[in-house]
Amino acid sequence: MSAEPTPSQTIGPFFHDALLDRDRSELVSPDHPEAIRIDGTVYDGEGEPVADAMVEIWQANRAGRYNHPADDREDLPLDENFSGFGRSGTGEGGEFSFSTVKPGPVPGPDGQLQAPHVMVSVFARGLLARLVTRIYFPDEQEANAADPVLSSIEDRELRRTLIARDEGDALRFDIHLQGDGQTAFFEF
Amino acid sequence: MAQRKGEQVAEYRRENDPPYLYPDYVATRLRAPKKPLVILPRTLSDTTGPAYGRGAVEELDHDLTRQHSGEPLGERIIVTGRVLDGDGRPVKSSLVEIWQANAAGRYTHHLDQHPAPLDPNFSGAGRCLTDGEGRYRFVTVKPGAYPWKNHDNAWRPAHIHFSLFGEAFRSRLITQMYFPGDPLFEHDPIFQSVRDPKARQRMISTFDLETTQPEWALGYRFDIVLEGRAATPMENHR
Repeated sequence: MSAEPTPSQTIGPFFHDALLDRDRSELVSPDHPEAIRIDGTVYDGEGEPVADAMVEIWQANRAGRYNHPADDREDLPLDENFSGFGRSGTGEGGEFSFSTVKPGPVPGPDGQLQAPHVMVSVFARGLLARLVTRIYFPDEQEANAADPVLSSIEDRELRRTLIARDEGDALRFDIHLQGDGQTAFFEF
Repeated sequence: MAQRKGEQVAEYRRENDPPYLYPDYVATRLRAPKKPLVILPRTLSDTTGPAYGRGAVEELDHDLTRQHSGEPLGERIIVTGRVLDGDGRPVKSSLVEIWQANAAGRYTHHLDQHPAPLDPNFSGAGRCLTDGEGRYRFVTVKPGAYPWKNHDNAWRPAHIHFSLFGEAFRSRLITQMYFPGDPLFEHDPIFQSVRDPKARQRMISTFDLETTQPEWALGYRFDIVLEGRAATPMENHR
């Protein structure tokens, strides 16, 4: 029996007490020896920060395995303490931040590997449905060049928006919802 | 092959979901992306997902009328339903999070400036896990309508926000549940942003006498269907 999906609606401006009552932005402690920080800012079409967004991430562990029953590659280690899920609100300046580890490569559509990446959902007032994007890593030039998803984006400017910037002590991944330098967003 | 199936799903979702740009809802004007979306092929990155999301759910998290020392004011209601995938199969043990205004139409949120009273006995946030049949159940009070600044004399119809994970990154959904027969539907650009009238109906709960408990609370039923297997058969990830 097939069922028709329920439509999406905006998260609105008043979600904080329900969805951000616990801090979920540290997938690992910042003291973890392999910890990396991913910082970013969400901007609107006029370049103004979006102070009422929520950013969620989903990723594999360092070995490239997802903590989920559908990933049954038992040859790869699974760390029960690493869920792979994070959630951060944006602050007054539109900023968000995650402490996590760099994921390993994961299988792609035709048996080839995908470059290490983090799945991202963006919710905000004024977004009637979530936006989906991906964070790729700047130190993976070769893997990025061969990545089937990155390669499918013909517009080089747009493709480049998916690769985080190395700022020394952190990676920076800004999200531009609209306008010049708009981030690449996906649909399924 | 994955690409083709991805395209099918994209069309399916577009029909059902509101467009990003819906100018009557003013906040979309500067936040809707203008460049075409990129089709994402189906891989393990999105057929997996944070199924349990937020860890342990406390026993009383589903009952918004028992989170304080006293009972909140307003019309006590039970909201229940099933979370299903596109095949109509139950989505089990999956996190459901809700938030809403109080009976007077006021959120506890510090940015809500509507001059309606706060209720010291109502925070308006709840969560629960679906059971083995995909069923969830909340006890709360019926939220009030409230004004917003989108246009002159703008009011949101009464609604409860729902956040769902489902079984995969793909199935993540945030939506709003409305109440039957609300006169504000035709004036609300957020509700109207869903272009298909049949799809709009799927955001409206139904009054349910079976769920209603005598001498205690009215019952509303709201089933939620997430993106699922029917539209997107599993593929070999290897």
